[in-house]
Amino acid sequence: MNDALNNIIVPVLYLLSAVLFIFGLKGLTRVRSARRGNALAALAMLIAIVTTLLDLGMVDYQWIIAGLIVGGLIGAIAAIKVEMTAMPEMVALFNGFGGGASALVALSIVWKELVEPAYAGSAADALGGASAITAFLSILIGSITLSGSFVAFLKLSGKIGGQPTLLPARHVINSLLFLVCATAGIYIGFFSTEPSSMITGALVATIISLILGVLMVIPIGGADMPVIISFLNSLSGLAAAMTGFVLSNNVLIISGALVGASGLILTQIMCVAMNRTLGNVLFSGFGQEGGSADAGEYGTVRSYSPEEAAMVLETVESLVIVPGYGLAVAQAQHTVKELADLLQKRGVKVSYAIHPVAGRMPGHMNVLLAEADVPYEQLIEMDTINPEFKTTDAVLVVGANDVVNPAAEKDPSSPIAGMPVLQVWEAQTVMMIKRSLSPGFAGIKNELFEYDNNMMVFGDAKKVLQEIVSEVKSLIAAA
Amino acid sequence: MMGPLLVGIYVFVLACFVGFEIITKIPPTLHTPLMSGANAISGITLVGSLAAASSGELAMSSVLAFVAIIFATINVVGGFLVTDRMLGMFGKKRVKS
Repeated sequence: MNDALNNIIVPVLYLLSAVLFIFGLKGLTRVRSARRGNALAALAMLIAIVTTLLDLGMVDYQWIIAGLIVGGLIGAIAAIKVEMTAMPEMVALFNGFGGGASALVALSIVWKELVEPAYAGSAADALGGASAITAFLSILIGSITLSGSFVAFLKLSGKIGGQPTLLPARHVINSLLFLVCATAGIYIGFFSTEPSSMITGALVATIISLILGVLMVIPIGGADMPVIISFLNSLSGLAAAMTGFVLSNNVLIISGALVGASGLILTQIMCVAMNRTLGNVLFSGFGQEGGSADAGEYGTVRSYSPEEAAMVLETVESLVIVPGYGLAVAQAQHTVKELADLLQKRGVKVSYAIHPVAGRMPGHMNVLLAEADVPYEQLIEMDTINPEFKTTDAVLVVGANDVVNPAAEKDPSSPIAGMPVLQVWEAQTVMMIKRSLSPGFAGIKNELFEYDNNMMVFGDAKKVLQEIVSEVKSLIAAA
Repeated sequence: MMGPLLVGIYVFVLACFVGFEIITKIPPTLHTPLMSGANAISGITLVGSLAAASSGELAMSSVLAFVAIIFATINVVGGFLVTDRMLGMFGKKRVKS
């Protein structure tokens, strides 16, 4: 019975789990099937966990049960409590935990097989050369993912500044740290022969990997954050696959590779949306090259009150709303919807222009507006809406900046030159709701502020919109 | 007959190709949920941490594995729930419209 269990049932269930993961991931790529895809992937995970417990047989479950309960509660509470606007940083945080878990598994194996039995030999002697290498890779990649994701979380949630922090000679520092880390890995893998040196080597490798993760993410500017999160997600998959090699567990290898590869493709898609390459994002601090175009002084910027904005809105026949991160921060999605409903009742054609990287994550705005019940059909992608701006009466930019910056098309020396942007300046009137003239996440000047057809309305997005809504209402009532 | 390492490498490479092929075209709306869902799948490392935590003794290795289980479970449970919440918002207005 036990033989049948171990040789047939367990591998078959693992295979089923791997197949369901593939179907789940596939489902997640289409709007219609996305929710079911996610559920399938969750089912696959459940099968994998139950199968592993079956495979373990009668062991001491106290650690396992306690860990599952504690982790499950923390995860569930965090997932249910989190605001929709804070979604990007939540995903970054979860991702860090996944990477950290992979590193901890590898460390646990090193302790169990080498340190605790006081094994007199290297990791390669005890585990085999390949496992020694993959265990090290698992520690390296997992720790980088953990600390990198945590820095990304802090940056996105505004606990530390979003601007890139550039150390002098950071490429040299990173290379040296990596060399030291790799040396420690080779040492514990092939040369260490006693527990104390094994512990030292493992700790050195872990700590340096954690530092590398921090150093990798701090030079990344805010606008590139979505890319780095996607990249870290890919890395956490890779770390899981490496753990799979150490444990000779195929379901780990398959799912890890799936996430690693699909994460890399998604990262690539996002880079293309911003007209950058991944290498460029990772190795050049954003906004460094085009120093001259940076946050310069503004000339004539025309500032208007919400009342004046309402007067313009009262007369338009078509309106395009461009949401950005400011909308998310101010939680203004419901107020925007209220304004749109008000105007639509008067026969105004209202649509939303969604830039692929608006907000802090691709699709961030879609999720947010969906929460406010904005119909899916009103969300128009950039390539479709750009030709329509010429015939649009008014554009209302709510808390977006870099994604409507004409410099991307008109100034070849700008750091964002070539990045596709929404051509809002083609419209009759542009109204920008912004807290101040401060530059956006990319840290560069936006000359749209000075355009003749642009009206700046300063203030918190939600407050300004509420005032506009009440003004429009009273204008309608008066008419 | 291939050794387990070679089998592992075969599986790894082929799974990478599957991953590349699945994500060829994807609407921008789904970028965030896909990232979040894939992130939950990477919590599969939970399977590894379960195997590592199977000894009941109080040793460093068990403590490390215990923390690994907590981390991975946060990733799995939180990841799938958050993804479902996001996708639920898309479903909500489809019913209405």
